[in-house]
Amino acid sequence: MQVYRWTLTMALSIVHRATGIALYVGTLLLAWWLIAAASGPAAYGHVQAFTGSIIGRLIVFGYTWALMHHMLSGIRHFVWDLGYGFKANEREALTWGALIGGIVLTVLIWIVAYAIGGGR
Amino acid sequence: MSTAETPKRSMRTPLGRVRNLGAAHSGTSDFWRQRITGVAMVVLMIPALVIIMTLHGSNQAGAKQILGSLPIAIIMVLFIVASAWHMKIGMQVVIEDYVHNEKLKLAAIMLNNFFSIAVALASIYAILQLSSGV
Repeated sequence: MQVYRWTLTMALSIVHRATGIALYVGTLLLAWWLIAAASGPAAYGHVQAFTGSIIGRLIVFGYTWALMHHMLSGIRHFVWDLGYGFKANEREALTWGALIGGIVLTVLIWIVAYAIGGGR
Repeated sequence: MSTAETPKRSMRTPLGRVRNLGAAHSGTSDFWRQRITGVAMVVLMIPALVIIMTLHGSNQAGAKQILGSLPIAIIMVLFIVASAWHMKIGMQVVIEDYVHNEKLKLAAIMLNNFFSIAVALASIYAILQLSSGV
């Protein structure tokens, strides 16, 4: 029995959780990177070999998106916590903003990172 | 004490009413800390991103030099503390929502604490070593 319609805000609520869980696991990569930097050139080389591989790049790209999306989606929650943005059109606008903004920021970050870092 | 004749006007304060409530019996403090750490990360996101993007493509010596400098080390430590705290609370909410077996729930919450604290301390230790071990 379908009591209610599946809405965008409901779907994005799940995405907020899923990206949160992905970011949680992904902190292992951040810790690994920092420990390797402290350990020496050999350990750092392993991290770079991983993050430079196709799978590694996909993971870091996905991680960037999860971070940006979760942040914007979280800001959306702050707006709601403060008591604004509860009208139907406002809810939708905030949610689309987080969705599109997350993708745009991710692409921008990667363009800038390659422009600065020179693509290695 | 009899609860049958609960007066309409309670002497309990709003704070007293919410204290120790919730599935983890920690009241609303986690709700508030989740938001403090979230705001902190929004503020720290730009410097943290700039640091990480700058290090893209640099070798270990370069990474060590940049991560070991004092203002950058402080920003990274703050970012890690906020992240670990935020994700510990977030994961606990997920566990409390989906794990209904009491023993399993406690074990999962304990593991969540271990993981979050271990990741935070390992990362912070690495940054401290980068700052001092020249």
